[in-house]
Amino acid sequence: MKVLPVGRHALLVEVDDQWAALGLYAQIQRRLDDCWPGPPPTDVVPGARTVLLDGLEDPGRVAREIEGWEAVPAPPARGESLVCPTVYDGPDLDDVAGWWGMSRQEAIAAHTATTFYVAFCGFSPGFAYIAGLPSGLAVPRLDTPRPSVPAGTVALAGEYTAVYPRSSPGGWQLIGHTDLVMWDVSRDPPALLRPGMLVRFVEADA
Amino acid sequence: MTAGRRWLVVVRAGSLTTVQDAGRPGLAHLAIPPSGALDRPAWRLANRLVGNPEDAAALETTVTGVSLRAGVTCVVAVTGAPAPVSVGGRAAGWGVPVALQAGQLLEVGTATAGVRSYVAVSGGIDVERVFGSRATDVLSGLGPPPLRDGCILPVGSTFGPVPAVDFAPYALPAARLRLTLHPGPRRQWLSEAGMAALGTQTWSVSSESNRIALRLDGPPLERRDRLEELPSEGVVVGGVQVPRDGLPLIFLADHPTTGGYPVVGVVDTDGVTACGQARPGTPISFELT
Repeated sequence: MKVLPVGRHALLVEVDDQWAALGLYAQIQRRLDDCWPGPPPTDVVPGARTVLLDGLEDPGRVAREIEGWEAVPAPPARGESLVCPTVYDGPDLDDVAGWWGMSRQEAIAAHTATTFYVAFCGFSPGFAYIAGLPSGLAVPRLDTPRPSVPAGTVALAGEYTAVYPRSSPGGWQLIGHTDLVMWDVSRDPPALLRPGMLVRFVEADA
Repeated sequence: MTAGRRWLVVVRAGSLTTVQDAGRPGLAHLAIPPSGALDRPAWRLANRLVGNPEDAAALETTVTGVSLRAGVTCVVAVTGAPAPVSVGGRAAGWGVPVALQAGQLLEVGTATAGVRSYVAVSGGIDVERVFGSRATDVLSGLGPPPLRDGCILPVGSTFGPVPAVDFAPYALPAARLRLTLHPGPRRQWLSEAGMAALGTQTWSVSSESNRIALRLDGPPLERRDRLEELPSEGVVVGGVQVPRDGLPLIFLADHPTTGGYPVVGVVDTDGVTACGQARPGTPISFELT
């Protein structure tokens, strides 16, 4: 675990991999609930192998504290989870199955058999990078992003899966869609998927 | 005056005029940018001058000002980038409370220095809040859209007495910027030459700059040869990121919450405020701490 400086009011804690980052994020959440030393940060932002703590009054003190923590590469934590009913009808599903050396049905089975965790959000509000695919099943991004991908589209890129929260341009491989409303500004919290949550995809009928 | 009957009509929206307040801190884990006024001292001052709470929503213009017709008698104040102010065609003060009668036209002209003027109105701009804030976020589209000619802005009805001031101190935007740069997490992604250049070189503010980032033109910074990509990580306001082309950019309020290019330093709050008022072409350099 490495604590890196980010100006005068923030720290970036770097760990070995995505699972360690999830474990660290969960640990920070727990400590914020129980026994945070001093004023809490305004933002705790997980990344692919980091957690950013922003809005700290005394980053030096928090850095010393964190250096005494043990890295626990175990995910979550709060027990929040989401089951995402998905119709596997995406235009890139056959390509994905091809990369995986599977039939279409086997590819769907691989996706639904995986236990995923929301690793972090980025790209646009509520856009969750969901980790859990075995590294052998990573897929490339599209050479040319689509100008518009509808909200609710289930997609893959690299080792991540995602569900587009809003309609937006997108370079991910589209494998299906869900009717769940992933993002709603009038809801609190607005995003169905939040860092640390456990996610399962189940096949739904079209 | 009953609530709901107070408004301003946008006669001339200007190049980019948005509603701004303290923004949406605390939601970066959902990829929601902090947003909010770029020049916080100027925004707070404008509110104080009209008797508002400091954190009320006000308008942020971009160089070319704004014209508003009052639907209600109110007090306004223009701060930030200095600009000619007139009411009903007659010159009025900048940086002071100005009375505006119902039906009168407030004109804020082109800024004579700096980029962003703040226009506060007694009662505050009362558009709907999104996640606790009325701010327009130009990156993600949260909050009200930028002003358009002819649109109507609701004005709140809660405000205090107007302070008796005829002059409010405010530092004018600087002609050249020397920003204190604190260490960032990925300094080692610059070569030794790149790191040295960061502390000695002078860039110029690019015309591609906006509320998301201040972009800099000049000789590219040399990065170490690295084949791997930096996996996405959280970034902060004031973060100085060096993309592949070696031209640094400084994140402002509407910045993306995560990024995949190295952040080599962080400009502190005063520096970020100055960046919000830096015109294209302004010379800019860093003093490393």
